[in-house]
Amino acid sequence: MEKAKQLSVSAIKNGTVIDHIPADSLFTVITILGLEHISNQITFGTNLESKKFGKKAIIKVSEVYFTEEEINKIALVAPAARLNIIRNYEVVEKHELTLPDKIEGIARCFNPTCITNHEPIKTRFSIISQKPLRLKCHYCEKITDEEHLTII
Amino acid sequence: MNSLASKSLVSINDFSPDEIERILDMASRFEQSPPGKILDSKVIAALFFEPSTRTRLSFESAVNRLGGRIIGFAEAGTSSVSKGESLKDTVLTVSNYSDLIVMRHSIEGSARYASEISPVPVINAGDGSNQHPTQTLLDLYSIQKTQGTLDGLNIFMVGDLKYGRTVHSLLMALSNYNTTFNFISPTELRMPEEYKLFLEKKGIKYYEHDDFTEIISRADIVYMTRVQRERFSDPLEYEKVKNIYVLRKEMLANTKENLKILHPLPRVNEIDRDVDDSPKAYYFEQALNGVYVRQAIISSILDVL
Ligand SMILES: [Zn+2]
Repeated sequence: MEKAKQLSVSAIKNGTVIDHIPADSLFTVITILGLEHISNQITFGTNLESKKFGKKAIIKVSEVYFTEEEINKIALVAPAARLNIIRNYEVVEKHELTLPDKIEGIARCFNPTCITNHEPIKTRFSIISQKPLRLKCHYCEKITDEEHLTII
Repeated sequence: MNSLASKSLVSINDFSPDEIERILDMASRFEQSPPGKILDSKVIAALFFEPSTRTRLSFESAVNRLGGRIIGFAEAGTSSVSKGESLKDTVLTVSNYSDLIVMRHSIEGSARYASEISPVPVINAGDGSNQHPTQTLLDLYSIQKTQGTLDGLNIFMVGDLKYGRTVHSLLMALSNYNTTFNFISPTELRMPEEYKLFLEKKGIKYYEHDDFTEIISRADIVYMTRVQRERFSDPLEYEKVKNIYVLRKEMLANTKENLKILHPLPRVNEIDRDVDDSPKAYYFEQALNGVYVRQAIISSILDVL
């Protein structure tokens, strides 16, 4: 099994591997990390079989190491994701994700009469609960839950 | 050191319990002996993007009695806002002309945003369904003044507890004072879960009812709010419940001596007119208290004492 997976998404020499992303969140994760704007080599695979998730996705980015702040942003949509730091084809560090207390500019406030949906303002939320996910808007103070969550 | 100097008041949580206490004490001093023209040479901008005659007049009276000047507009239709100016541009422009901005807006979060971009402090006079902290402070003042304390009271909140921002902010503020809450509302307009969870976390007792004729004898404060027809998805449901949440004079028969009836006003028909004569009716004095409380807030923020 391990071998087959290795083949489906080729190995990188140095960089970051993000594994255990739910397949339907792959493109959101790409957007959150801004991967469409970088020129490094990126390979990804999706709809891979996973015992835990059914279908999972994996992203491998060459020569890029994310800051904790950057990577924690994806915890919103892929809380079970794992981060592996690769050096010379070896995994040298493994990280689990932790959701930050506050997030900025990632999610949209679900309240249509919130100021952030009327003026060009960066959204700000405090995370008041992780399971179930509940974000409190810094501006309108209303709570956006998982069902109403949209990523900008 | 006055910790309120130059501070904005957007949400009731922006003020600590200590700061709230100081505002209430100062309002009480102002009520007993008016402080004179302490706002002389100060200019306060009142930006009412959404009309609210009652709140605006209360602020104007508060400022005028202290010798300050008020500039601004009473509705967005007569201002540059109607020409499509952004909130940011309006706030930045007006902040050049004033020492303090009081604003009311139908969009939630507008006051927080204004307070972040404005070089002068901002007082939120209502942002949509979100916050109206000067109302909360005048409610607290009215409760303290009539009960002699904020501690250990039995507070009844009646009517629309789902959308009523005044009851939500008052609940948050009173949760610091060992309050017992009784929530009386139609099923569709119950107190939202988040506020009940908040009380549970703080270990505050609350009870929910759909009628209050039987239990009103226990209340120290009955806080009435309006049940609006348009809040119901089913109009028949409104017809069924509309008379349950009306306070009538005969209901006051066996109530406590110290009971006071509060209402944020304007009232429609949720309090019968014949209740007005009862010494337990307090809603008009409550409105007057708003002037002292707003004077205390403005004086503290402008640090004129
Ligand atoms: Zn919002």
